[in-house]
Amino acid sequence: MTAFAVPSAVSITSPAVSRRRKARRVLPGFNLTLGYTLFYLSLIVLIPLSALFFKSFTMTWDHFWTAVASPRVLASYRLTFGASLIAALVNLVFGLLVAWVLVRYKFPGKKIVDALVDLPFALPTAVAGISLTALLAGNGWVGQYFEPNGIFGFLGIKLAYNPTGVVIALIFIGLPFVVRTVQPVLEDTEKELEEAATCLGATRWQTFRYVILPSILPALLTGFAMAFARAVGEYGSVIFIAGNMPMISEITPLIIISKLEQYDYAGATAVAVVMLLISFVMLLVINGLQAWQRKRSGA
Amino acid sequence: MNLKKTLTLTLAALALGSSQLVSAQQVTLLNSSYDVAREFYKDINPAFSAWYKKKTGKDVKVDQSHGGSSAQARAVADGLDADVVTFNTVTDLEFLADKGLVAKDWAKKFPSNATPTLSTHIFVVRKGNPKGIKDWDDLVKPGVQVVVVNPKLGGNGRQTYLGAWGYVKKKGGTDAQAADFVAKLFKNAPVLGKGGRDASGIFLQRNVGDVLITFESEVISIVNEFGAGQVEAVYPSISVVAENPVAVVERTVAKKGTAEVAKAYLDFLYTDEAQEIAAKHALRPTSPAVLKKNAATFKPIQLFTVSEVFGSPAEAQKVHFNDGGKFDQIYTVK
Repeated sequence: MTAFAVPSAVSITSPAVSRRRKARRVLPGFNLTLGYTLFYLSLIVLIPLSALFFKSFTMTWDHFWTAVASPRVLASYRLTFGASLIAALVNLVFGLLVAWVLVRYKFPGKKIVDALVDLPFALPTAVAGISLTALLAGNGWVGQYFEPNGIFGFLGIKLAYNPTGVVIALIFIGLPFVVRTVQPVLEDTEKELEEAATCLGATRWQTFRYVILPSILPALLTGFAMAFARAVGEYGSVIFIAGNMPMISEITPLIIISKLEQYDYAGATAVAVVMLLISFVMLLVINGLQAWQRKRSGA
Repeated sequence: MNLKKTLTLTLAALALGSSQLVSAQQVTLLNSSYDVAREFYKDINPAFSAWYKKKTGKDVKVDQSHGGSSAQARAVADGLDADVVTFNTVTDLEFLADKGLVAKDWAKKFPSNATPTLSTHIFVVRKGNPKGIKDWDDLVKPGVQVVVVNPKLGGNGRQTYLGAWGYVKKKGGTDAQAADFVAKLFKNAPVLGKGGRDASGIFLQRNVGDVLITFESEVISIVNEFGAGQVEAVYPSISVVAENPVAVVERTVAKKGTAEVAKAYLDFLYTDEAQEIAAKHALRPTSPAVLKKNAATFKPIQLFTVSEVFGSPAEAQKVHFNDGGKFDQIYTVK
């Protein structure tokens, strides 16, 4: 009862507009939490990032342009964003599959498989990189079959020390993002809807396309965006497997390190800013897509 | 609440007391050094403490901080309180000199250009040397796979590049011939290592390539470790000197009052005792006597310095490795 008494007491002194606004809030403490959120985000995210921008402002436009658009750096953008996109797409499909299996079926050892999904989260990325390289290099367990005299040799691809290796490493570190965002949504979807669809004569594909997919699409896109963002920034797992050849298998984070190695702080910052901007725009587009999707499906 | 308070107070008192105890009895130095020197300084530090105690009666302890040479230089520039720096490239020290952290004339503060130890670049090949690699010329032949460090990422790779370039020049070649030679060498590289240890791993553990080019000190430790007929060291006829320059970090010693002991530490590196330890770790001693004694380890090959061929290390960095430099041109124009 007292909880109702407070707003009505306030409403006597405050204008009607503010009363209406306040009345909407169910939980107290909005001002405090919003203030805290802004303060914390500034401290942890905005201040370091703006420092990055300010550092790049010390450069002349020419210097900035040569730093971010030299052929070697352009090649690294192509590799980083291209490989990240491929890896995120692969994770989109196979992550959904993993989530589906984990949610819909019961099998022995399910708990263990479920825990395994999180491993790429917890593992130091350098360890992942070194193990993947050991596995996929020409003399590794898997890599040996892709050598010219191996059983997959006819494919003519090698798995380590080239862009293929980069994609594989990025698939590895991105997997949990898709699985863990789709899983809970999949758990919440109502089986009754699918049953109803089947009763009404829908084929399995139609059920998936018109009943299941719309409800999980936003989550899928989110998982995709996170896997993609993580892949773009990934360093530790990739450098061991990439081979680090200029113009061929250098990722952009490595370019930043190599600029620091020659004490080109400003150049390194410039490339970092470009990466930040591209990633930000891409995330924005994906979030936009997601909002549009949600609106369309009326969820 | 009470327990927590007591605990905090006790801890604070302990921390205060112990720090006072330490400062009263013992001086601590921090040596910021490059990655592979870790084992070398692990042997040097106790030897120095004993030497210093005998000389002055004072206790001193040396802490180590290791990483890539340039990464360490950046850490010191950004505030790591190292008393002394012991690097493997001159440019890293010049960077600190430019920032005013070490004396501008650091190279004159200690003997032989403030370089107590040297190294050079030689080759490791697989058992029996199947490709018959004897000298730099053999590395650019078609079909030979060379494992080197990416010059953009590590001093090791830069030395390889300069060694190959200097080899051509020393044999009377022109710059154009040298550029062509180096381009061929890097075209023979199936993989570029991130650093010296990474390259060794690619060559030995991943079984990639026919020859690994790296520091003599690294080669000897590889042969010792994997040796037993697995790999062999090959000495080219000519190679480039890699200097391991040292300096006192003026900013730190002024703050900590450790100028004297920091200087003593670096002086110690020139004593016969320290030079012997260096030889044991496959670093070439600058003391002629100790070098002669270890002639079996350090085969005499014709050595040239970077300054001799490229003017200065800074000049070499600018012309060859900075963005748009010779290395970028070699790799961009396919």
